[in-house]
Amino acid sequence: MNIASAPIPLQGYLLIASMLFCIGVWGLINSRNAVRVLMSIELMLNAVNINLMAFSSYIDGDLIRGQVFTVFVITVAAAEAAVGLAILISLYRNRTTVDMESFNLLKW
Amino acid sequence: MTISSSTEQICFILLGLTVIVGALGVVLINNIVYSAFLLGGVFMGVAGLYLLLNASFVAAAQVLVYVGAVNVLILFAIMLVNKREELKPIKALQIRKILSAGVCGGLLILLFRVDLTTKWSTPGPAAIGEKATERIGEHLFSDYLLPFELASVLLLMAMIGAIVLARRDVLTSDVVTGDVVNQNLIEKSNEPILIDQSNKQ
Repeated sequence: MNIASAPIPLQGYLLIASMLFCIGVWGLINSRNAVRVLMSIELMLNAVNINLMAFSSYIDGDLIRGQVFTVFVITVAAAEAAVGLAILISLYRNRTTVDMESFNLLKW
Repeated sequence: MTISSSTEQICFILLGLTVIVGALGVVLINNIVYSAFLLGGVFMGVAGLYLLLNASFVAAAQVLVYVGAVNVLILFAIMLVNKREELKPIKALQIRKILSAGVCGGLLILLFRVDLTTKWSTPGPAAIGEKATERIGEHLFSDYLLPFELASVLLLMAMIGAIVLARRDVLTSDVVTGDVVNQNLIEKSNEPILIDQSNKQ
């Protein structure tokens, strides 16, 4: 059995999810546009979903509880995006900017 | 080497590249509109990965909810707030970026090590494959019934919360004088209340 006929290992999905999560964390820290911060959060949520789906398929293939969890995470992510963007628009109306560095009223 | 397994591998590599390159584009490209469209590409790639994992229902939900709803919502938000603005320069921004890149790289190495050195208990029980949608339905209406109902309450709360947060209050009479306000001009420019007043004087 050579490598070309082997099925995709579980680790492949985990590596992709790890990279996606780290890119999301970097974007979350470094974005100055508030919309991009929300996009980075979506990237991180997707990385977590890939992990759940991979484990559900490879280790829990009979009961697929991971897929049910993924459906719930997608639901919560949709709610989070709606409320987050509403907060963003409300912020923009009050401060006329989306620069994260200017949202420092509660900083110190 | 069978055709199906090599096709699977090629699809996996292509989808993985799409996801990673698209995610890098989302965080690195300056134009936020391009970022939003690339984010849609990343979501589609993730849906393709779900299809490779025999999860057609979740892949469809991913396309419907993420690409169809969240991404469109983000595009609408960009249209509402996309103003060309000069960002104030911040000192040591480059150092901050490099430091955070170091932290994220460390996290990545840690995660890679955990992924590659842990002995995962594969193969588990045989995958049910095409019956996954039925099994998800059984789960949602038996042992995950309470989270399912709570999710509906959460969605309702999010809907009402988003409306309350984003709507603009229109008053029928002036608060101070009591005069009737001209309603023809709902979109009149009102003074932002939290703007830094110090640079006006």
